[in-house]
Amino acid sequence: MAKKDKMSGNEAVANAMRQIEPDVMAAFPITPSTEIPQYFSKFIADGIVGTEFVAVESEHSAMSACMGASAAGARAVTATSSAGLAYMFEMLYVVASSSLPVVMAVVNRALSAPININNDHSDSMGARDTGWIQIYAETNQEVYDNYIQAFYIAEACRLPVMVCQDGFITSHGVSNIELLEDSEVKDFVGEYMPDEYLLKSENPLAVGPFGVSSYYMEIKRKQAQAMKDSMPVIEEAAEKYAALSGRKYSFFEEYKMDDAEVALLIIGSSAGTAKASVDLLRSEGKKVGLIKLRVFRPFPRESLAKAMCKVKAVAIMDKAESFSNSGGPMFSEARNSLYDLPNKPYAINYIYGLGGRDITVEHFCEIYKDLFVIYDSNDPGDVYRYMGVRDSRFK
Amino acid sequence: MEKINLTEIRWHGRGGQGAKTACLLLADAAFDSGKHVQGFPEYGPERMGAPITAYNRISDRHCDVHSNIYYPNYVVVVDETLLNSVDVTSGLSKEGTLIVNTKKTPKEIREKVNGFQGKIGVVDATSISIETIGSNFPNTPMLAATIKITNLIETNEFLRDMEESLKYKFSKKPHLIAGNMAAFRKSIEEVIVG
Repeated sequence: MAKKDKMSGNEAVANAMRQIEPDVMAAFPITPSTEIPQYFSKFIADGIVGTEFVAVESEHSAMSACMGASAAGARAVTATSSAGLAYMFEMLYVVASSSLPVVMAVVNRALSAPININNDHSDSMGARDTGWIQIYAETNQEVYDNYIQAFYIAEACRLPVMVCQDGFITSHGVSNIELLEDSEVKDFVGEYMPDEYLLKSENPLAVGPFGVSSYYMEIKRKQAQAMKDSMPVIEEAAEKYAALSGRKYSFFEEYKMDDAEVALLIIGSSAGTAKASVDLLRSEGKKVGLIKLRVFRPFPRESLAKAMCKVKAVAIMDKAESFSNSGGPMFSEARNSLYDLPNKPYAINYIYGLGGRDITVEHFCEIYKDLFVIYDSNDPGDVYRYMGVRDSRFK
Repeated sequence: MEKINLTEIRWHGRGGQGAKTACLLLADAAFDSGKHVQGFPEYGPERMGAPITAYNRISDRHCDVHSNIYYPNYVVVVDETLLNSVDVTSGLSKEGTLIVNTKKTPKEIREKVNGFQGKIGVVDATSISIETIGSNFPNTPMLAATIKITNLIETNEFLRDMEESLKYKFSKKPHLIAGNMAAFRKSIEEVIVG
């Protein structure tokens, strides 16, 4: 029986964590993810869960402690944001490359400088090539649902998972949510029983050895294969979760795409705002659609490209700047995925929402208007654009 | 477009006055009455006394929008001095209502918000809170005045719901329950709309 409640995205993660009751949490506080270890350590202090909380002195140590715990055979979790994630960078690679299924709640926040506590995706997008699975959420409900599925995926694939949500927008925004029963969550994630682990006395194991040139490349190729092989597991987790909760998930969600002429590709909470624009423009008879990407790693290259090919022009939305002179991270990957297809749409990029810059229904309507200009003129113009920036030189 | 029966509220206060708490309590109460809710503050480098903004969306079904609110139906001003520094009626149409914590009349407040043609609700939340709670927590009476004016929840249902919440929230400080309940009731009685 689902329980209807209202809570913030951070409370939703802390409650999912309570229901899962991992063996170890190691965390260092950073806005806006601080509430996750804060709420969860209260559950520990109140004796509600038996998790071992390791209060570390930095995020580098938090991820190191998670690595040690996970290698020893424990289910280990952490939470972080922004500079905290950046500080973990070295250990992100080590955890993923050591095939350790750590689950991390990432509450997306901009990176400095100038210092900023608000939302964008530059932290997790910066970590996109560290070998972690990345799942993003539009709402508090999705954060909760993704977090529970993450354990199933991580432990079946032996890959770590980042469960990302937008700082303050969902992390601190209170809204309606349906929680599963504690027992349903416990049954779904099951007991963590790794085949191999450090503390298995009958089969001693080395973790983190030196990898000489004659072995290293094969190891990396296997790691890349593990990411590829995680795709059916992500689908399987979603199917099982749908049977339990009634809520269906996949790599991406298509919103009013069937007869759409132009579309947006977007990730995270702003997808909701964009859906309201779709509804508004549809009421005026305009055939617009939206694709919300949920899983960024592994990148669902083929199916996503096929979905984008339903329209003639697509705006790929990036809440992170790559400073690449070639668009944001989503643009690079999504546009690349279209290259081989004969009926590919025009694909343009908008950088938006950096450092918490608000994006509204009206902004998305403007983007759809721009897309119809491309639709009518067959000229994509400058494909690398900004939305919501005040400096008129950079429109 | 599927019609969504949506009420949008913007709160203006100063750090430490509890505008955010009032916003979240309103979301709680609306949720308890069966509504879909959003309650979210705008975060920045907060400090005591600095202007803060918080928002509510209350609707009959899930609202997808995650932006701030620029065209609210109601604006609640927890600290009257903000009328001098913040454009509190920005985006508030003449169908909307401005609700201010003040000793002044709606007519006097209207003179301070140039050109605003909608309704103005006033309540002396500061005095009410000092009288009932014993200190300056204007958020409690402002929440009650907002419930009364918006009609989002029937006031008796609201009072029952708040009593339950306060029993839980102040389980270790039960003396605060009666004061807060008195503040809610007095504000509901005294708020004037002009």
